[in-house]
Amino acid sequence: MKKMNITKTTKNNLITYLMVLLAYLAVQMLLLTGNISSLMKGLLVPLCIYVMLAISLNLTVGILGELSLGHAGFMCVGAFSGAFFSKCMDGLMPDSLRFLAALLIGAAVAGIFGILIGIPVLRLKGDYLAIVTLAFGEIIKNLVNVLYIGKDKNGFHFSMKDSISLHLDAEGQVIVNGAQGITGTPHDASFTIGIILIFISLFIILNLINSRDGRAIMSIRDNRIAAESIGINITKYKLMAFSISASIAGVAGVLYAHNLSTLTALPKNFGYNMSIMILVFVVLGGIGNIRGSIISAIILTLLPELLRGLSDYRMLIYAIVLIAMMLLNWSPKAIEWKEGLKRHSKKEKEVK
Amino acid sequence: MKKFNKVMSVVMASAMAAALFAGCGNADAGTQAADSEPATESVASEAGGDSAAAGAFKIGGIGPTTGSAAVYGVAVQNAAQLAVDEINAAGGINGVPIEFKFEDDECDAEKSVNAYNTLKDWGMQMLMGTVTSGCSVAVSENTAQDNMFQLTPSGSSVDCVKYDNAFRVCFSDPNQGAASALYIGENAIASKIAVIYDSSDIYSSGIYEKFTAEAANQPFEIVSAEAFTADNKTDFSVQLQKAKDAGAELVFLPIYYTEASLILSQASTMGYSPIFFGCDGLDGILNVENFDTSLAEGVMLLTPFAADAEDELTKNFVTTYKEKFGDTPNQFAADAYDAIYAIKAAGEKAGITPDMDMSAICEAMKGAMTEITLDGLTGVGMTWDASGEPNKAPKAVQIKDGVYTAM
Amino acid sequence: MSFISYLINGISLGSVYAIIALGYTMVYGIAKMLNFAHGDVIMVGGFAVFTIVSTLGLPPVLGILVAVVVCTALGMLIERVAYKPLRNASSPLAVLITAIGVSYLLQNVALLIFGANTKSFTSVVTISPLKLADGQLIISGETIVTIIAGIIIMVCLTLFVNKSKAGQAMLAVSEDKGAAQLMGINVNGTIALTFAIGSALAAVAGVLLCSAYPSLTPYTGAMPGIKAFVAAVFGGIGSIPGAMIGGILLGIIEILGKAYISSQMADAIVFAVLIVVLLVKPTGILGKNIQEKV
Repeated sequence: MKKMNITKTTKNNLITYLMVLLAYLAVQMLLLTGNISSLMKGLLVPLCIYVMLAISLNLTVGILGELSLGHAGFMCVGAFSGAFFSKCMDGLMPDSLRFLAALLIGAAVAGIFGILIGIPVLRLKGDYLAIVTLAFGEIIKNLVNVLYIGKDKNGFHFSMKDSISLHLDAEGQVIVNGAQGITGTPHDASFTIGIILIFISLFIILNLINSRDGRAIMSIRDNRIAAESIGINITKYKLMAFSISASIAGVAGVLYAHNLSTLTALPKNFGYNMSIMILVFVVLGGIGNIRGSIISAIILTLLPELLRGLSDYRMLIYAIVLIAMMLLNWSPKAIEWKEGLKRHSKKEKEVK
Repeated sequence: MKKFNKVMSVVMASAMAAALFAGCGNADAGTQAADSEPATESVASEAGGDSAAAGAFKIGGIGPTTGSAAVYGVAVQNAAQLAVDEINAAGGINGVPIEFKFEDDECDAEKSVNAYNTLKDWGMQMLMGTVTSGCSVAVSENTAQDNMFQLTPSGSSVDCVKYDNAFRVCFSDPNQGAASALYIGENAIASKIAVIYDSSDIYSSGIYEKFTAEAANQPFEIVSAEAFTADNKTDFSVQLQKAKDAGAELVFLPIYYTEASLILSQASTMGYSPIFFGCDGLDGILNVENFDTSLAEGVMLLTPFAADAEDELTKNFVTTYKEKFGDTPNQFAADAYDAIYAIKAAGEKAGITPDMDMSAICEAMKGAMTEITLDGLTGVGMTWDASGEPNKAPKAVQIKDGVYTAM
Repeated sequence: MSFISYLINGISLGSVYAIIALGYTMVYGIAKMLNFAHGDVIMVGGFAVFTIVSTLGLPPVLGILVAVVVCTALGMLIERVAYKPLRNASSPLAVLITAIGVSYLLQNVALLIFGANTKSFTSVVTISPLKLADGQLIISGETIVTIIAGIIIMVCLTLFVNKSKAGQAMLAVSEDKGAAQLMGINVNGTIALTFAIGSALAAVAGVLLCSAYPSLTPYTGAMPGIKAFVAAVFGGIGSIPGAMIGGILLGIIEILGKAYISSQMADAIVFAVLIVVLLVKPTGILGKNIQEKV
């Protein structure tokens, strides 16, 4: 019985990897034959970014069982630290090495933020935890918006007021310019890199889930008190899941920053709206279901683009489809009905 | 596994249903457009019949038509459509009609790039957009790569026209900030000045910075500079109180009119009545539906466009716009209208034809843009230089008795 | 003097948050769901009054009545169509996401009907501002009305919940849905009633919000909605007096933070205070501390 279980999870994980690989190959085929629209080509990297965000949040929400509404904050931290590094080092080291370093820095900084925020936050429970993560996300966004960093031959200058108070000399360059953010980050992100990063994230998360540590984390989710009573270090495992989730979001942020030439922290891209959007991916795809997160992230990112033909009605239809999908996927009645339908079709087959 | 299949099947089914909806909606939208207004496509096909295989110029537009910045995107969309219809009715560019298509970007740089790619799939040859600065910078990266001619009506940050294929109709932020400081200083309007700006907005913080930099050379003093953010723009009592306590005689508002209308009404409740001075973002304040225009009495603004101007062009534009879309056009609408006419003028100068590819058109347009002189809504005798910046004089206007009057 | 003036401004902003938070906390307390669409119901209330008063030129009292009726009906409809089917879903997050969908839906319907242009709202309050200390301190009529309305609503809600039969049923449902049903309480009806009351409160909040800060767009409700949610958590979500206190405190902190620390970082300050409060008192100021059972 035990053996069966293991093979089943392994098989399940393999399917997930295979799915990503097949998607990658299919897209590559399309790219090679030139059968792909500019829209789809432009969407490839964002899709990778959202997939990474969705699976990383699923680690917090599905595996750790805590509702986080500040995931975009980690993405923001990763994006700005990675872009800042790239901007400083542009031309000073080989491009590929620089981008790799930027990714690692983004992951590290977001991971550190994950630990720093996780220590106080994870003491709370349920909706209170959710609101505090939301608060942290908003604080990060707000602070990034008033952060000014410039560089001249005397080194770096910081300010929280405006770029004038940086007192740069004539050749000085403002790198992070408050609300105007960072402009001119090199365009390093590509679909292949995105897919490699998805594979790495998947590898980390799926291995974590099926490891001893992962089982400890899930036991905390299922019954904190029971887990504590058998000697599981709650804080350690919670922080572990939370910071891994944060650093994957940070990597996604670095990718985001290197895909667009302008990086600004708006409510739209790094605010609670984005955090909620990522949560929508996770819940629609199935809480704790990593593969579901990938699929729903892809569908919900593509949907508004595919609805462009509707012009004015686009976002309206998007909202209706979102509600309809939630009702169909989650309401006990709909699930019952679908099951009934399935049983019915099975019976029919048997009759035949 | 089974559960996953179920999820998958349902999701797929709903996606397909959505696609179905998309199909229906599309058809509806199409017929509606044809009914309600002389849609570009119908005009295009009629005129296209005359010029046979010549086809049509495909001009795309990008801006937010949903989300909190929708007011700017919708204005640009409407005014550009208006200009396109006029041009088509008058025979098009070089006798070739224009097809115009506008895509929503929700004021998000990433969505803006998506919109750009959608338009490219449609066959866009020239881009009139994007409306907002952040998006414009992001899209200009792509247009530069594709060598697509880009003319932004209202993307005002410096980096919007970084590449040589990009031009703009509006003033740049530094230009406005410095011009405002210069104007206040030269005309000795006030000696103590307070600034209220949106620190989370590129446009506003860009102007603010240049304003303070230029203020150092001017005979006035900035006594208070307070910010607000996109998430915190309902209550302005603190900012106003600080300005009042510092004894400011003039409050500089490098912000958009939505927030400004709140600031004016809160200042009036407080009993604080300094001179309010704004930039082009403030234009439109008189047209906020149901706004008590007496609150805006005495407000000064430096803007290239005023909907109440008496010249023939503005009058016609405002009347037609009102007829078609039901509200008074703002600064953004005027910029977009001029942008389409600038494309027309440059297109005629360059002698472009619709069978040229976008890169060839771009090369031709780039040169032609610097040679044209346009008398538009936002300036008489506008010219462009190769940097992409327009040369036109800002007009200072003051609101008197509920209308703009030139100062 | 300016401190007192800031304080008054803080109270007037806070009273608006408080009145929104009352509706939030009411729904949360009974249905145990974060109704993200609450802010948008407020916006609908604002537009209802705007249409009646400014477009049709009818008296404000009628406008408020229509707004209350429209929002109540809308609230019940949303509950019936979007939330009720998910009440017994395997995760409470499902209904949260649907609420987000409803929020998008309301915003986009309003965008289609009323357009994106800002509308200026005519205040329904006709009381003239109170001038103290030779006109140095001004308390606007809207502030006075909002605070009084907030207190009245708070008292009425508390009385209703504690004294009336329907209110007792609400308490029972919030404690234990299953047990309440066994006691013969109509759980569905009670939850529908909660949404009706919550949405009626949203209509009142919309009128007062738009009167105090007279600008109306399809997105007007979103940010105050989130702030009020923060206020409700601040005061202890589910607690009626907590929502009132949380709202007013939030307003005061926001204004004082802007005035004395930094106007650029007002949001960061508000959220930082929230975090500190929740770390010290994990269930908010007046929240009940429920002991976890093994």
